[in-house]
Amino acid sequence: MLSVKNLDKTYPTGQHALKGCSVDIDKAQIVSIFGPSGAGKSTFIRCINRLVEPSGGEVYLDDLEITGLKGSDLHKARRQMGMIFQEYNLIERLTVMENVLSGRLGYVGFFKAMFRRFPQETVDEAFSLLERVGLKGYHNQRADALSGGQRQRVGIVRALIQHPKILLVDEPTSGLDPKTAMIIMKLIKELAIEKGIPAIINIHDVKLGQDYADRIIGMADGVIVFDGPPSKVTAETLTMIYGEEDWSKTIRKVEDGEE
Amino acid sequence: MSTTSAPTLWKRDHFIKNPLLRWIIIISVLAYIIYALNEMNFNLARMKSGWPRAVDFFQRMFPPDYSRWTMIYKGVFESLQMAIIATTVSILLAIPLSLAAAANISTKFVYVIARAFIVMARSFPPILVAIMFVKAFGFGPFPGILTLAFTALGFMGKLLAEAIENIDKGQVEAVRATGANWFKVQLFGVAPQVMPRYVGLSIYLLDINLRASTIIGIVGAGGIGGALFNAFHRYEYDTALAILIAIIVIVLIMEFISSKVRSRLQ
Repeated sequence: MLSVKNLDKTYPTGQHALKGCSVDIDKAQIVSIFGPSGAGKSTFIRCINRLVEPSGGEVYLDDLEITGLKGSDLHKARRQMGMIFQEYNLIERLTVMENVLSGRLGYVGFFKAMFRRFPQETVDEAFSLLERVGLKGYHNQRADALSGGQRQRVGIVRALIQHPKILLVDEPTSGLDPKTAMIIMKLIKELAIEKGIPAIINIHDVKLGQDYADRIIGMADGVIVFDGPPSKVTAETLTMIYGEEDWSKTIRKVEDGEE
Repeated sequence: MSTTSAPTLWKRDHFIKNPLLRWIIIISVLAYIIYALNEMNFNLARMKSGWPRAVDFFQRMFPPDYSRWTMIYKGVFESLQMAIIATTVSILLAIPLSLAAAANISTKFVYVIARAFIVMARSFPPILVAIMFVKAFGFGPFPGILTLAFTALGFMGKLLAEAIENIDKGQVEAVRATGANWFKVQLFGVAPQVMPRYVGLSIYLLDINLRASTIIGIVGAGGIGGALFNAFHRYEYDTALAILIAIIVIVLIMEFISSKVRSRLQ
């Protein structure tokens, strides 16, 4: 489904953020990416939909090479990748419905978008997705009037209404309380399974990342240092990713081994 | 307790630390002001001798003479129309201009050109621009409208570009991620963030243009200003007062409307 080959990124500042990262995702699975701040997690997922321009390597979504696309071809490719953000990145002054419909901007013309004339089936779908995430009746609220958890639900719906082939998720739970964070992770997992699409999730919370993932990728200093199932994540793995620390309390069921 | 106590006296450092330099600057500035006052003949004696004339002038203004009401009415109406047309033109043109002049949206080349235009439009007061446009296009409201639109465009372009430069990048990124093209990114990612500022500035601009439109008539660029200037020239101070009152009333009405609209926007 997604194939990333030797992805490399050097920023104009000289910072070498990604050093030849390769990842293959061939089935609908939840992939958590662990790594300290500055390890290149954000750069990695932004290079996939080219919000950040990679300096080298290739990204394939199915058979389409994303790297190398230009202009409207790139826009068309981005429509197939839903993104969920840290701090939600909703358009604060617009309503929940407008935020959701903005997920379809790649499909409607400029003036239709300007006068908010989205196709009826899109509006229908928006209503049913909002209901699915528990935001029924919120469509005319302004995004800045919602709580953190509610905003991220809108963010999820905005990504899903694109009918993406993959979800790119960047720190979806930062700034949320532990319970809301769990609910959001659960929702992302459920919906990804429902739609049969993979999700790549950058996450700081090791426990949360392990609980909801089928696969863990560990990054340190722009290099992928671990790639395996959550059950294989040990104290040594975390030391490899984050550096020396007493990880015994953080690890879930190390001694249990397989689930 | 320690025996060697910390200093207890504290004084703020001087802005210019070197005392010699500091006093040289203070004394030379004072000396220049005294010299300038002398040179310009700005003194009390002149104030005194001019006072009775000023009193006479104000007395002759009363009562205001509304006998040429149609002339005043037409002038005020023309000023208002000039302001409205100029404001409409400039707030529409300000959209592409401010996008071009916003460092986070524009490309380097376009940015430099747009900023150069803004600096040019802002460096001349309306009255000077009006003189140039009257020379170029002849008398009447046409050069007046051009003047107002040109200066307003500089003002609006600069402030709107700054508002665009201060937007939250995350919201723009989210819209880009949906596969929206450049225009739709501006529409959903940028426009909602700067809209309150845009509307607020537009109303403020109408206010500014209305005031300016009463002034530029003095150099022949249409509106009520010309009539006001003529009245002063012919020593018809009572008519001049009538015109001034008409201007004040219009400005007050505009002020009232714009404050109503602005409070609705919050």
